[in-house]
Amino acid sequence: MKHFIVSIVFLFIGVFTFGQNCDFTFSGKIEDFHNGEPIVDATIHIENLDVYTTSDLDGKFIFKNLCKGVLKITVSHISCETKTFEVTLTGNQEQTVNLEHHVEELETVVVEGSTEKKQTLTAQETIIKNDIIESNSSASLGDIIKTVSGVASINTGNKIVKPVIDGLHSSRVLVINNNVRMEDQEWGIEHAPNIDVNAADNISVIKGAGTLAYGGDAIGGVVVLEPKNIIVEDTLYGKTIAGFQTNGLGYNVSSSLFKSFQSGWYANGVLGYKQNGDLKAPDYYLNNTGSKSFSGSLQGGFKSFEKGLEIYVSHIDNEIGILSSSHIGSTEDLVNAINNDEPYISEDFSNSIEAPKQEVNHTLIKAAVYKRFKSFGKLSLQYDYQNNQRYEYDKRIGSDRNKPAVDLKLQTHSLRSDITVDKFEGYTLDFGISGRFQDNFANPDTGIRRLIPDYERVDFGAYAVVKASIIDNLLADFGVRYDYNHVDAQKYYRTSRWEERGYDDDFSDIIVEDLGTQLLTNPKFTFHNFSLSTGLLYNINEFSKISLNYGISSRPPNPSELFSDGLHHSAARIELGDLRINKEVSNRLGLSYKLNTEKVSLNVETYFNHINDFIYIRPTGTETTIRGSFPVWEYFQTNANLLGADLSFDYHIFNNWNFNTRTSYIYGQDTVNDLPVIDMPSFRINSTLSYERPDLKDLHVNLNHEFVAEQNRYPNYNFETYIASNDTYVLVDISTPPPAYNLFNLSADITFDFQKNMKLNVMAGIDNIFNTSYREYLNRLRYFADDTGRNITVQLKFNY
Amino acid sequence: MKTIFKLLPFLLITAFVTSCSNDDDAPEPVNEEEVITTLTATFVPQGGGDTVVLKSQDLDGDGPNAPVISVSGPFAAGTTYNGSIELLNELESPAEDITVEVEEENLDHQFFYTPSSSLDITTAYENFDTDGNPLGTEFSLTANTVSSGTLTFTLRHLPNKPNTGLGDAGGETDVEATFSVSVQ
Repeated sequence: MKHFIVSIVFLFIGVFTFGQNCDFTFSGKIEDFHNGEPIVDATIHIENLDVYTTSDLDGKFIFKNLCKGVLKITVSHISCETKTFEVTLTGNQEQTVNLEHHVEELETVVVEGSTEKKQTLTAQETIIKNDIIESNSSASLGDIIKTVSGVASINTGNKIVKPVIDGLHSSRVLVINNNVRMEDQEWGIEHAPNIDVNAADNISVIKGAGTLAYGGDAIGGVVVLEPKNIIVEDTLYGKTIAGFQTNGLGYNVSSSLFKSFQSGWYANGVLGYKQNGDLKAPDYYLNNTGSKSFSGSLQGGFKSFEKGLEIYVSHIDNEIGILSSSHIGSTEDLVNAINNDEPYISEDFSNSIEAPKQEVNHTLIKAAVYKRFKSFGKLSLQYDYQNNQRYEYDKRIGSDRNKPAVDLKLQTHSLRSDITVDKFEGYTLDFGISGRFQDNFANPDTGIRRLIPDYERVDFGAYAVVKASIIDNLLADFGVRYDYNHVDAQKYYRTSRWEERGYDDDFSDIIVEDLGTQLLTNPKFTFHNFSLSTGLLYNINEFSKISLNYGISSRPPNPSELFSDGLHHSAARIELGDLRINKEVSNRLGLSYKLNTEKVSLNVETYFNHINDFIYIRPTGTETTIRGSFPVWEYFQTNANLLGADLSFDYHIFNNWNFNTRTSYIYGQDTVNDLPVIDMPSFRINSTLSYERPDLKDLHVNLNHEFVAEQNRYPNYNFETYIASNDTYVLVDISTPPPAYNLFNLSADITFDFQKNMKLNVMAGIDNIFNTSYREYLNRLRYFADDTGRNITVQLKFNY
Repeated sequence: MKTIFKLLPFLLITAFVTSCSNDDDAPEPVNEEEVITTLTATFVPQGGGDTVVLKSQDLDGDGPNAPVISVSGPFAAGTTYNGSIELLNELESPAEDITVEVEEENLDHQFFYTPSSSLDITTAYENFDTDGNPLGTEFSLTANTVSSGTLTFTLRHLPNKPNTGLGDAGGETDVEATFSVSVQ
């Protein structure tokens, strides 16, 4: 009937509007781009003639009685991207038009009106939204993702913050920045991620190896930083954030600018700088805890539905001072530090950063292209290069005073190709391959024996993930991945160490050259790893859902676990790796429940993670040198069970009042030695009472309370040491965790709207309101000084 | 535009393959420069007599082997000795004299002498830094009554100066050598 009317209309147009020689037809078919199926009831509009028709049951349409000339045509359909094109009509013409339909609908979830793409379907994943990132513009990645329940951090002071996801950190947590797996010497506890959070639009925290696209070794989890989604339209906008902190007299500035064109081309950039001087604990200054960080990134390219191109360059340069009183020599100094309440160095505030300090810079260059194919899906190709240069400076004497003690350059080239097949209704298939080449160079000019040797590493990986909707409210995913790793190192061992480790029996075949007191060796390792992730998501009703996820992941030992050998000056401890260390394998089962009603939002995540051959480092005693004796920390392997629950609860009390709380508990047990696992976060609960007035300049006031319990489950690795200066034996208590603590924080912000798209947000806050003295179990500097005291912050955010 | 898309993968693969061609040059060994392997304390009696030499030698530096300690003989009761300390890096050939460096950076260093409670000796600084605070590569030792115990030499780098002893000196330990000695 419709078509009949349309035809009649055309007939009239043909007769009355155009007189002569207007008997051409333009016909065709509208198809789904993904599977080639006809699209019914699409609207086809010839704009310059202002005539319409719709496609029939076979997706076909026809315009009759058209004149010669240019037709500007728009094709649209509900839930499809509208397509516009021009046709020059010189005779009867036929054309097939492909519309994009059901774009990644399985992966898109709607959270409070904004669309964010989840990385996984059934894994325990939380997305940190842009407003949280913006209001913590001066913070580190580790501090921001702590807002997710179950995520803690392991710190060296306040500026070196590493994420701990469900008790696991460092090489067990992958950080993905704009689809690039960060390779920034993440193995060390004092090596923080080299990321400027201001370049991210949102951050996904995935517990366990839920997403296999980036690697099968994420036993702890994956942190995915996504840049701002590019909107294809003519637009130019920007944002500047500036902040000031009283504690440490710190300030931060970050500015970003976005430009995109209707044609699909776009460019954007982010530039940031932050610095602070000595931070202050409630009773004294934390000398030499200043830091400086410069970061910049540029992104540009072309984006359309069918194809795209992206170039991304980012650079970050960090200089971080290490608490001067933590720089000790010998076990005696450590005993003194543990037994004294205050650090032995207590000077006035200073902005200068002296040794011991770190200077780390990281450069990332990425080029990526994608293309969508009809009735198939999307193919992407990506190359990236990363250069991580790390210097650690120590207090040294003579001509070596200004020489770094550690000088490591890690370069990584990666190439990956990913394919998403979305032609089938109800399920998508992702698969891909990746290759990586890595070269580590330890500069011998430091004059100090290398902690990490020169090595080359080659990785290959292949994965496939299927996401499917089984029945209406039951979704499932299944993924597998294979990884090949090969490490080829060249390492000098002290002959005495080689023998002490017993390598002369087990590894005599890898000696390349004997230099008398040192041996040059060529350790090579090859690993084949298999990982799996699968799960179910059941939507009980429109408010609640339950999901179950099971994953197997394997992580080969990192260079530090294999090769560490010698005195780590900045930590005053001898760290010993072991060439015999094998990969660790995790079996993780996660069960989650989510409830979302108008008043309540509840998310309960429980997990059981059994790790075979879990690699950990623990103190084993002391070794005596002419400098005195040093605690020795050695890497071991054991089997571990990690069992825990993370809970987050949001409650809308009434009118403008909201309450939320996040809490987590983890039970970690070494099943071989029947001991608690070392360095597990203790029970913690973080609650916020907030008041908001959208009508009053969008006022928000948040009162936050954080309680961290004492970790009562810890392994006792204390030992006795001889103190020469008073000829006695004393206990070195390096195991006992510090007591529980409570912190209160307050913040408020208002927003002024100037004109369209221009607004200013002013925020002020007080952290640690009562200036409480406390120490955190997971801070490596807890032996030496208290954590930071009260801090008042002011931040301005200007959108334009 | 189209050509860019077609060419890019090839460019990327070329870049990847060329970067993979590795060189297998052996890395240079590191011979540590500022390591102190040997502390020798020499005691010359002021009125003549047997010189006492205490030596601690740790040729594998921070390696697993403990230092080798030697004591040439006992101190004579009632005698005052002129003591001097020599620090060497014997991993270099010829051995490097670190004492020179310590004396040059005298403001940043100080030696401490700690007898155990059972040992009846007294010590006094005989050389000082440019601010007049003790340095202690030269000192005097008086052996009082017959006794035995340990004597520890500690070199602190960047100590708080002036100080009242090891307790409030701070800084970090560059050398700590303990000898079992006796006064006869």
